[in-house]
Amino acid sequence: METDELIINMGPVHPSTHGVLRFRLRMDGEIIKECTPVLGYLHRGTEKLGEMKTYMQFIPYTDRLDYISAFPNNYAFVKAVEELAGIEVPLRAEYIRVIVMELNRIVNHLVSIGSLLMDLGAATMIMWGFRERENALQLFEMLCGARMTFNYIKPGGVREDIPEGFMAKLNEFLKDMEKRIEDYEQLISSNEIFMMRMKNIGVISAEDAVNYGMTGPTLRGSGVNYDLRKYEPYSIYRDLDFRACVRNECDSYARYIVRIDEMKESLHILRQVVDTMPEAKIVSSAKYGIAPMTGTPSAVSTYFPRIFTPPAGEVYSRIEAPKGELGFYIASDGTTKPYRVKIRSPSFCNLTAIPKMVLGLKIPDLIAAFGTIDVVLGDVDR
Amino acid sequence: MIANAYELIVYILNLFRIYEPILNVFQMLGIEYVLQIIIVLVEIAILFVFVLLTVMFLTWMERKVVAMVQSRYGPMVTGPRGLLQPVMDGVKLIGKEDIIPAKADRWIFTLAPFIVFIPALLVFIPLPFGQSLIISDLRVGLLYIIAISAVSPVAILLAGWASNNKYSLMGAMRAVAQDISYTIPLALAAIAIVLFTGSLSTVDIVNAQSGTWFGVIPKWFIFLQPLGFVLFLIASIAEMGRIPFDFQESESELVAGFFTEYSGMKFAMFFLAEYAHLFAVSGIVVTLFLGGWTFPILPFVPAMLVPLVSLGVFLVKTYAVIFFAMWLRDTVPRVRIDQLLNLGWKIMVPLALLNLLLAGFLITAGVFR
Repeated sequence: METDELIINMGPVHPSTHGVLRFRLRMDGEIIKECTPVLGYLHRGTEKLGEMKTYMQFIPYTDRLDYISAFPNNYAFVKAVEELAGIEVPLRAEYIRVIVMELNRIVNHLVSIGSLLMDLGAATMIMWGFRERENALQLFEMLCGARMTFNYIKPGGVREDIPEGFMAKLNEFLKDMEKRIEDYEQLISSNEIFMMRMKNIGVISAEDAVNYGMTGPTLRGSGVNYDLRKYEPYSIYRDLDFRACVRNECDSYARYIVRIDEMKESLHILRQVVDTMPEAKIVSSAKYGIAPMTGTPSAVSTYFPRIFTPPAGEVYSRIEAPKGELGFYIASDGTTKPYRVKIRSPSFCNLTAIPKMVLGLKIPDLIAAFGTIDVVLGDVDR
Repeated sequence: MIANAYELIVYILNLFRIYEPILNVFQMLGIEYVLQIIIVLVEIAILFVFVLLTVMFLTWMERKVVAMVQSRYGPMVTGPRGLLQPVMDGVKLIGKEDIIPAKADRWIFTLAPFIVFIPALLVFIPLPFGQSLIISDLRVGLLYIIAISAVSPVAILLAGWASNNKYSLMGAMRAVAQDISYTIPLALAAIAIVLFTGSLSTVDIVNAQSGTWFGVIPKWFIFLQPLGFVLFLIASIAEMGRIPFDFQESESELVAGFFTEYSGMKFAMFFLAEYAHLFAVSGIVVTLFLGGWTFPILPFVPAMLVPLVSLGVFLVKTYAVIFFAMWLRDTVPRVRIDQLLNLGWKIMVPLALLNLLLAGFLITAGVFR
C-alpha cells in the first residue's frame, strides 16, 4: 500500500499551543517526521520599544514579556539598570524582591503544570492550580494593586513597602501551599496513565540541552546542575539555604518533577525570607546616578525620578526566571534612553529544542513534550 | 405478567376502562392495526422525550460533577442551581449559523450527525428500564445492542471524511481503530454472561440476577464475574469515547476531532448522541452486571408499584455508573492512541478469553443454579 506524507499546520489557533505558536508538522500517519515551529505571531517589537522609552518607561513593557511571571522580568531589567548605573539597593527591598519572585515562581509552575495536565486531558489540575494561584495573585494585588502586570520593582528598590497584613497572609499561603503540593502529587505524580504519557517522551540529552541553550527546569530535567541563583548568586540568594532541583531522566516526567520540587524549594526559601526580614522600613535607594532629582526622598516613602541618566556603557545581566535564564543586555550612550536593549528570553531558547525532542514521536507526545517546555508566547516573540 | 411497555400501556388504559371502547371503535372500522401503530408511536414518543430529558440532565450533571471535583460552582445563573443551563445551550445552538465547509461533501456531512444519533436511540429498545418497562424484549437483545453500537463508528468515519479536514480525518480514523479493538473484549465479556443465562434476551439476563445467595448477597453477575465486569466497564468507557479514551475528540491534540467542522444543530446532534450513548451504555453495564432493575427489597413491594420502584432502582444504578465515568474523566489524563490499542489487543482480549474460560469452569462446577 502506498501512503502519502501529511502536512499539518498545528496552530496558530489551536487549543494546546498556549497562545499563537504554529507547528508545521510533516506526518507519516501519526508519526512526526519533521516539526518546524513558526514564530512571530505575537511580535510586538519590545526590544525596539526599549530604545524609544526612557529607562523608567520601559519597566511596564517587561511585564508583558512573560506575563505569567512578570516580577522576574521586572527584576531582570531593573538589575541590569542598577548594574549599569551602580545603584545600591536597601536590604529590605531585596527581601521583598525575593519574596515576590519566589511567589511568582510558584505561580508560574502552577500554571505550567496545570496547562500540561489539561493538554493531556485531565482538566482538574489547572483548576486546582488556579485556585492557589488566586491566593498568590491576591498577595500581589495587596502589594502593588495589579495582579499580573506589576510595574513594581524599580531601580534602587521597590515601589512601595509591604502593606499591613501582608505577612500574615503570606504565612497562611505558605502553610496552605505545602498541603496542596502533596495533593497535586497524589493526583498526578503517581498516576499510571500520566507516567505512561510522560516517561521516555521528549527525551533530550544533557549535551543536546546545553547545545540548544536550554535553561531553567527544562535543562535541570536533563541532569545539568545549572541554577543561576546558585551559579551566579544575585540579590540575597547567597545567604539563603536552598538547592537546585535536578533530575537525570532527561524526559518529560523529569521536567515535571523538577517543577514540583522547585515549588517546594520556593516555599522553603520564602519561609527563610519571612523569618529573617529586616525591620528597617527603607525600600528604595536615594542614589540615582547623574540626573538631577526634583524633590527629596524620605526614609519611609519611596521616590523614583521619571528620568534619570546612567553613565554610558553596556551591561549584560541575567537571572534565573521561572522558565530559565532571563538576560537583559543594555547599551547606554549616556542619554535618558537606552541605545539598545536585547532580551535573552528563556522560552525562545527552550523552544528551539522541540524539533529535536519530538522527532519520530506522535502528536500526543508533541503536546506532552511541549507542555513540559513551559513556553509563554509573549516571551518567545517579544 | 406484563411483558413490555406496549402491554403496560394497554394495562393502564384498561385500568381507566377506556381500552375496550377505543378498541371497539377501531374494530368497527376494521383498522385495529392503526391502534397498534398509535400505541407504538406513543411508546417511541415517551422514549424520545425521556432520552432528550436525560441528555439535558446529563450535560448539567457532567458540569456539576466536574465543578465539584475542581472546587468550582459550575452553572449557577440559569434556573435553580443552573438546572436550565441545557435549555439555554440548546437555544444557543439552534441560533447558531449552520456552516458547511466549501470543500466538504455536503450530503454525507449533513447525514452523518443523524447516523450517529439514530443508533444511540435504537440501543434503548431492548434496554429494560424496570419490570415490564421495556420497549421490546428482543430474543437477541444483547447481540442487537452490540450490533447497533457498531454503527456509530461508521457514522463518525463518514463525518470525519466528509468534513475534508485533516484533524477530523485523524479523529475519525482513531475512533474507528478504537472501536474495532474495544468491541471485541466488550462482546467477549458479554458472552460470559450469556453462558450463565443461556439467553441473549435482556429480560432473561435481568431475571437471572434476581434473588440472593445466603439471603444477603444479591445474585448479580458482578460477584460471579468481577474480571468480566472490569473488562466490560473499561471497554464500554472506550465505547462511549470518554476520557481516558476520548480519541475521537482529544481536543488538545486534534482541536475537536471528527466534529471540528460542525456547528449549530449538527454539532448538537453529536452532543446528544454522545450523552444518549453514555446513558445507554451505563444502562447496559447495569443490566449485565449490576442486576438491572432487580434489588433484594423488590419482592416486598406491592405488585402495583413494582414497575415504578424497579425503574427507580435501575436509574439509581445507572446514574452511579455514569457518575463513575464522570469522576474518572476528572481524575485521569488521556492515554495515547497506540497505548490504547496495545491495552485493547494485548491485555484486554486475552483477559476476556480467560474470563470466558473461568465462566465455563464456574458453570461446569454448577456454581450458578
